[in-house]
Amino acid sequence: MFDWIENFAEWLVFDTFGMTKGAHLAEALNFFIYDTIKITLLLVVIISLMGIVNSYFPIDKVRNYLSRNKLYGLEYLMASLFGVVTPFCSCSSVPLFIGFVRGGIPLGVTFAFLITSPLVNEVAIGLFLGLFGVRITVIYILSGILLGVVSGLILSRFKLERFLTPWVKQVLETAQREEDIFKAEKTPFLKRLPIIWTEVKDILKGVLPYVVVGIAIGGLMHGYIPDGFFEKYMSKDNLFAVPLATIMAVPMYMNASGILPVVQVLVSKGIPIGTAIAFMMGVVGLSLPEAMLLKKVMTFKLIGIFFGVVTLCIIISGYIFNIIL
Amino acid sequence: MKTIKILGTGCPKCKTMTGIVQDVVKENNIDATIEKVEDIMEIMKYNVLSTPVLVIDEQIKIKGRVPSPKEVLELLK
Repeated sequence: MFDWIENFAEWLVFDTFGMTKGAHLAEALNFFIYDTIKITLLLVVIISLMGIVNSYFPIDKVRNYLSRNKLYGLEYLMASLFGVVTPFCSCSSVPLFIGFVRGGIPLGVTFAFLITSPLVNEVAIGLFLGLFGVRITVIYILSGILLGVVSGLILSRFKLERFLTPWVKQVLETAQREEDIFKAEKTPFLKRLPIIWTEVKDILKGVLPYVVVGIAIGGLMHGYIPDGFFEKYMSKDNLFAVPLATIMAVPMYMNASGILPVVQVLVSKGIPIGTAIAFMMGVVGLSLPEAMLLKKVMTFKLIGIFFGVVTLCIIISGYIFNIIL
Repeated sequence: MKTIKILGTGCPKCKTMTGIVQDVVKENNIDATIEKVEDIMEIMKYNVLSTPVLVIDEQIKIKGRVPSPKEVLELLK
């Protein structure tokens, strides 16, 4: 599918620039051009598709459905899937959180949403497809959903309502089932397209610089680090690798899109995929800016418990991936 | 005289929306006040699930996305 990009990159580097095949710099440049074009294209496609889904997705209806019906545990899965289709922007997580609480949806279910939403987003999916291929991407998405469900179920056992900030507790007391039926916007598809396209451009503008820098660093490493270099230091047998990778990842949110290309190179040079996935989930799913936003609705203690449980679940899934993959 | 409110917790999209609305109002000499609502408690009074939100005369017109200037102008007419 991407042969033509590969051919183009080789033609550009070896024929047009006249660089020697096999030289470090030439191979690094070849890798950089190929990856940049491929990933940019994938990002455009995935972000556009998610934008279209989003434009039609009835957020209010789903919230009201969760609020009205008893689903015997399935509500965790639904909330988590809901997190997959809602947009990348973490600034909507607080209004959504309150909206859920107001609808009388249990806190654990809300957490399931809150965990999966940043973890499985259009930018991460696009980057994963480009860097790791379909199989790893599907594994990543499924584990992102599972992680939300499991963490949500664990968190629901803790009776965490007492750690909400006072005004959210008030909202909780007046919670009621949402009955009002939302009137969906009746905008024809062709009128929606320009709006979706503007958002695609905005997201791309935000992440592409990081992605390109990440690929450039990755490209250099690709050319200069010998194959299997990391196997010596971060093998599957090293028990501390997964927790260390996860905890290191939490403060790195701002550059998530730049870190993924680098991680891909590390994997190709011998870091186990489970350790790498744990690291990436930490980067994408747990972020300090998000914690700051959540401070408006949760006490520090609750944010701590929330992050603690999710970190633990990520570490466990890292071990599992190292064993089964 | 119209009352325009922009609800948003200060994310980039909310700032973009504020800029667009301000430009439209200024360029077309529309008689309106623009208020930015950033307090989450105030925002939640409107029972919205996604930001930014454009409220005109206490009616929710757009939520969860940035509108084009043309759209805003049509809503303000």
